[in-house]
Amino acid sequence: MSIDSVFVHKMWNDNELSKMVKGGVPFPMLSDAGGRVGKVFGVYDEDAGVETRGRFIIDPDGVVQGYEVLTPPVGRNVMESFRQVQAFQLVRKSKGKEATPSGWRPGKMTLKPGPDLVGKVWEVWKTDMAFD
Amino acid sequence: MGKEMEVGCARPTGGPVGEKVEPEPAQQTLIPKEVSQMIRVGKKAPDFAAPAYHKGKFVSVKLSEYLGKWVLLCFYPGDFTFV
Repeated sequence: MSIDSVFVHKMWNDNELSKMVKGGVPFPMLSDAGGRVGKVFGVYDEDAGVETRGRFIIDPDGVVQGYEVLTPPVGRNVMESFRQVQAFQLVRKSKGKEATPSGWRPGKMTLKPGPDLVGKVWEVWKTDMAFD
Repeated sequence: MGKEMEVGCARPTGGPVGEKVEPEPAQQTLIPKEVSQMIRVGKKAPDFAAPAYHKGKFVSVKLSEYLGKWVLLCFYPGDFTFV
């Protein structure tokens, strides 16, 4: 979503993005004239008249599970967004019985929060797991 | 002749020129200023509808139509920008 019109979205997709991604952008490119939606989400820059790089993860109940907002010059890490969605999906599937510690990726161990885990995280989770 | 603009990642925008118009002094009031809605994790995302371009068609997209699915909502400064 940006403040550009749907016509500009079409030109960008048809003339540039479709050359980077076969078939063009697969998801809807939303137009937010005047930044009305961006203001509600806190990502509209009034001075520049554009939206900053806000990214929101919204679950199937419509609840915001996480967000990240960057100023324009720095791009996002798409894989990190995917990782977070996968982590939230796992937690939701386990109905909150499992948690994903720092550095978690699909396939890596999860934590089962509860009285038995208190003071014992150091036994099952090592600091180098946050960095690999 | 217009001056060539340096185009960064944000779309260049215009605005009013000339003498700065001072806003009228706000009247003293006891009514608290409306607090703008903040997004909070664990709370519902505000619903919205927006026009969109999707696979060759102009459509209208409503966030609440995606209930039951995971949504990644991304804002960005402008079409044809880098990053």
